[in-house]
Order: sequence, then structure tokens, then C-alpha cells
Amino acid sequence: MKLQVEMDEAQLERPVRMTGGSMLIEALKREKVEVLFGYPGGAVLPLYDKLYGSGLFHILTRHEQGAIHAAEGYARISGKPGVVIATSGPGATNLVTGLADAMIDSLPLVVFTGQVASTVIGSDAFQEADVLGITMPITKHSVQVRHVDELPIAIKEAFHIAATGRPGPVLIDIPKDIAVSEGEFKYNQELELPGYQPVTEPNHLQIRKLVEAVSRAKKPVILAGAGVLHAKASEDLKNYAEQQDIPVVHTLLGLGGFPADHRLFLGMAGMHGTYTANMALYECDLLINFGARFDDRLTGNLDDFAKYATVAHVDIDPAEVGKNVPVHIPVVGDAKRVLKELIHQHGKKAEASEWLAKQDQSKKEFPLWYEESKDVIKPQKLLEMVYTHTEGNAIVTTDVGQHQMWAAQFYPFKTADSWVTSGGLGTMGFGLPSAIGAQLADRSRKVVAVLGDGGFQMTLQELSVIYELQLPIKIIILNNESLGMVRQWQEIFYEERYSHSKFVSQPNFNKLAEAYGIKGLTITNMAEAEAELKDALHSEEPMLINVLVEKEENVYPMIAPGKGIQQMTGVKP
Amino acid sequence: MKRIITITVLNRPGVLNRITGLFTKRLYNIESITVGHTETEGVSRITFTVEVEDHKQVEQLTKQLNKQIHVLKVTDMTNQNVVARELALIKVNSPAASRLEIYGIIEPFRASVIDVGKESLVIQATGEPGKVEALIDLLKPYGIKEVARTGTTAFTRSSKRNTPEKATFIV
Repeated sequence: MKLQVEMDEAQLERPVRMTGGSMLIEALKREKVEVLFGYPGGAVLPLYDKLYGSGLFHILTRHEQGAIHAAEGYARISGKPGVVIATSGPGATNLVTGLADAMIDSLPLVVFTGQVASTVIGSDAFQEADVLGITMPITKHSVQVRHVDELPIAIKEAFHIAATGRPGPVLIDIPKDIAVSEGEFKYNQELELPGYQPVTEPNHLQIRKLVEAVSRAKKPVILAGAGVLHAKASEDLKNYAEQQDIPVVHTLLGLGGFPADHRLFLGMAGMHGTYTANMALYECDLLINFGARFDDRLTGNLDDFAKYATVAHVDIDPAEVGKNVPVHIPVVGDAKRVLKELIHQHGKKAEASEWLAKQDQSKKEFPLWYEESKDVIKPQKLLEMVYTHTEGNAIVTTDVGQHQMWAAQFYPFKTADSWVTSGGLGTMGFGLPSAIGAQLADRSRKVVAVLGDGGFQMTLQELSVIYELQLPIKIIILNNESLGMVRQWQEIFYEERYSHSKFVSQPNFNKLAEAYGIKGLTITNMAEAEAELKDALHSEEPMLINVLVEKEENVYPMIAPGKGIQQMTGVKP
Repeated sequence: MKRIITITVLNRPGVLNRITGLFTKRLYNIESITVGHTETEGVSRITFTVEVEDHKQVEQLTKQLNKQIHVLKVTDMTNQNVVARELALIKVNSPAASRLEIYGIIEPFRASVIDVGKESLVIQATGEPGKVEALIDLLKPYGIKEVARTGTTAFTRSSKRNTPEKATFIV
């Protein structure tokens, strides 16, 4: 067993000579990295050699995609950068999906990829790929280390850039020779990033304008996105909404930022949002957006979105302001600071009692709905049961598709850091590995991975990791033997021509789980569903729960593509 | 509409790639691009001319450029009072009979002949892109064999008289 690389603060005040590999280990310790997700290979062997006996907690996933989604889940729940290591070539290219996912959903990641030795870069060497070139458009920043002395500062910059401003993935490509050559390790130096100065303090005048707009408004609404969660501002959001009596709608990614059981909550907005939330966005005269990027799945046809409203957009990323929706009051800054400032500066409250009464009425009249059944299991019903038996305290992760939308609709999120989903990129296969990361970020909470049978089969090999670490994750597969959302669209928009959306064969999920050492359970009918689910959710071991649900159930209500936010179908049974 | 945008960047590997990649990703069409060192060590200056649809696109473009970690400053110079210059090398057919004529044409443009062959001349022209364009047009009848242009590089004028909304590409 190799000796652990240990340095005290004093020693690190002055430069110490060590190899690139040792630098990485030391830097990760300096950054207080709790867990790494990765997969070794030729080009990163020198790094893995230094990892051996280093005391750092590394998780060997079964695919690099698993590693990066796990890191995303970890980042989402812990609020700290998720750290990933992969080898050159195929190892690195397997990270592409996760990088794009983290980029669009603003999750902080620090990703290390190995690269072939500097001497053969550009020669199409074994396992060589132009990783920087491939990943540039889907990273917040990336760098290839050309000299070992640059490595420590590159790592320090990466952690800083990933976690500050609008968070995002940062990639460091390390040629193999850099990992073995010796240089000076110095980590206490100040960062010099003149081109990177995120604005966190909002402009005073813009805040003033917003305060005045609120006092004039009769129909104000707050749209809260994931920016609220990134800024850890959910408490401030609640205080502000209550102080001003403004109703709140959430984006898909923002769920949990405002308590779903709050009197001012109107539900999720967007394609499968609530009628009340969408109509509020349509009719409002003042829209205050905190940290949402006006995604097309949220806005529907832009011509109808917030048609009559003065739009205020609070975002830490100036490029988001005015990108999709014209903005009258731009506020660049950290959501928490802006909210604190708004609470502090508050003027006259909006005269919105009529508007609020209308929302209350609308919530009663147009709740989310589904047709109950005594025999077949309705996915919505099952998610309600999950909510009941976890008392709404679980962390829920999902893949992408119908199950994701039902989870967003029928599991009311009460707190921030309860919801891990792939919003912007819509990545199937995200739910299982991200559950691993989420559980590692918070061991004390119950993690439920709600998956579709399609997405599960994209990254199911990570069951191995769940078994190995005995993570008590409950994997719930809402099994409709098809790609449910694809099937739904084919039904509605392609004249029921079900082109390749139904699985002809499926594995025996119970046996599959058992093969990985995990208990499998299949729930087939409504009569037993509640009792079986309850027991499963209360058990302390990992479990795969395969639920045979109504196969042709669709997600409603819905805004069809191209339609305006007020043109929802399936609002009532 | 055409815009001239200058960016100062830290001179690091991959910076230009990152910036041009951003243009590709968001469907902005680069018409020309010039890059060179500045008076500050480690800092380079890039001048683009781009074709965009509207002001919204320009705003989005400059904001996206500003987001890049190694970008120090982005300036849309189009509506400012600028000095814009381009260098072009033009190889044109010139049998002995037409040679004088060609000299006569390039003289008012203050272009110069930098290489003389039996059948052709190489002319060097510098100036605003429109001027270079005009010269090339005049030389076309003689048969242009090759043209190499650097693309626009630009500076704001020292006197800060702004001429809003004025198209800069008028010669």
C-alpha cells in the first residue's frame, strides 16, 4: 500500500515539487472533494495510481455516462461541484451527454479527462480524440494542460468557475505525460480571471423600477426557475411572495423552490403545467422571473406568452436576459441578493386581491386530474402513493418522459433539493445514476428514482454500484412497455402510427435486479399496489420496483407544439 | 445587417476555436475575421464582421461572447465613428498593352504594384473594405487571377463623435 500524500497548510505555503498525478490528488483534497465518479483507462492510469491509497472516495461506475450523471445528481443535491474522471478517447466521448446535460441545466461539474501523451497528440494515437474540440460548445469552460506547472491553477480555476456565477461544467484535459512529470505545486495563489467577473449585486435602479412595477401591478405573478435553487434563495422567495402577496408558478427544474402546498402556489407552468399556472402567465400584467431561462417548453408560442405583461427578468447570466422574451426590467444578479433587496426596499403592495381570488377559484376548478381505476394501476395514483408513504420528504430523481411529467405533477415538492431531473437536454438514462449521486450527497434522506422502462434500460448497469455501496435507493419503474411520451405524441400528432415506440420484448426486471444482487418486486394490480409499495418504500435496502401501469395513459393537460400557453388541451376530464 | 465587432481576449490555446464555435452554434455568419497581438503582452484582438438579422441578435451575440472566460472585452463598433481597414492582394492579367491603363486605375486608390510578371501584376490595396471592393470591380475587366483579402480590422476614432445608426461600410 502506497503512502497517502499528506500536506499541511504550512507546507503548501511554499511550492512543493511533485508529479501531475499527485497534484491532482492534493488539489482535490484542498477543494474538500468528498467523492469522485469515474472510470480508469490507459491515459489516466498515472492519475489512478496516485488515487490508490489516497483516501479519496472514488466510485467506479459501469459506464462514463453513469459517472457524469451521478456527479450531476450529487451537484444538484449538495450544491457543490460533482467531480468526474474519465480516460481519453472513448472514456471522454462517453461524457458528452452528461456535459451537455449539466451545461443546459447549469449544474457545477469539474471533469478530468485523460489525454494521450503530448508527444503523440494530433497523430490519431490509440484512444485519442479531440476532447476539447468536441466538448467546447457544451462546457462552461475547458482547458488542456500543456505544462505540469499549470495544473494546480487550472484545477483551482475549474472549481471556481464551475460553482460561481451561473454554474456549469468545466473540463480539464490532462495529457498522460503531464500526469507523470514533476512540477511545482502551489495552491494558495490568487486567481487571476479578468474576463470572468460574474455580477452578483443587482443594479439599484433596476430594483427600484421593479419595486415600482409591483406597486402598480394588479395581476402580478412570480415565475421561479432553478436559479432560485442554485442561489439557495427559496426561503427568501417565500418571504418575498408572502410580503407582497404575489402568486408563484414554477418551472420544471425549479420545483421545490417554493412549497407546493403554499396558498400562493399555482403549480408548474409549461407544456404539462397546470391550467392555473399557465393562464396566470398568459393574463398577468407583471411577470417577475427569478432564474428561469424562458425555455420553449415553458413558454409555448412566444407570441402569446405573458402577452399583456411588463416582464422583469432576474438572472445571474446577462445573456439570458432578453434572449427569448423581451424584457422591460432586466436585473442581473444573484437571486438571493435580489430577493433580499426587494424585501428590504419594498414599496406599496400590489392591489391584487381580485387576482388572488381568481387564482384560488381556478385552482379549485381546474386541478390536475386522472381517471381512477380499481384494477389497473394509474401512474399518477402510484406517484401520489409514493408521496404519501415518503411523507413528501424523499429526493426524487427521474429520467425523461411521461413518468417525469407525472412525477412533476403528482409529487408535490415541499422543499428545495428534493428534485433531480434532466430538464433542458431531456436525457433518458439520467434517473438511475443521478439517484446514486443524490444519495451520496445526502445519506440521511430517502432517494426514489422514478424511471420509465425505456430510460432505465439505457443506464441500468449502474445497479451494480447501488448494490456495491448498498445505497437504499428505491427504483420505481413505471412500466408501460413502451416509450410512453413518444407513444403519446404518435397517438396525438402522427395518427396513431406507433413507429418503434413499443418494446417487443422486455427483460424480467425482477430477475435482472436479482442478477445485480438487488431485491426485485413487480406490482401488477391496484388491489395490492398500496401495501406492496408501502413496504418497499419503508425497507432499508436497495430495491427495484417494477410497476405495470396503464399502458395507454397520457399526460394531460398539454400545450401542443406551436400553441400558445392559454391553449391547453385536456384541462378537464 | 452587417456589424463590426472587436473582442480583446487572453491569448490562450483554443480561444479562437471557442469563439468561432459559438458563432456556428448560434447560426451567426462570420464574413471576415482578423486576429493579432495588441500592445499588451498575452492579449490579442479579434475583429469580426458578421451578418446578423436584427439588434436582438447583436445583443445576444455580444452577451454570449462576453460569457467566455478568456474574453476581456467585446465592442460592437458598427455605430461608432471607426477607422476600418483591409488589405488586399490582387493578381490581375496585364499584357504590356494594358499595363499603363491599370496603373492609371490604381493610382487614385493609392494602391501599389508589388510584383510584376510577364502577363500579370500583383497589386496591394489597403483601405476601407468598400474601397477595396471598388478597386476589385474596376480591375475585373482585365481578368483577375487571384485575390487574397485580410478582412476588416477596425479602431474607434480618437474623436468621440458618435454617428448613431450610420452604416460604416460606405466608402
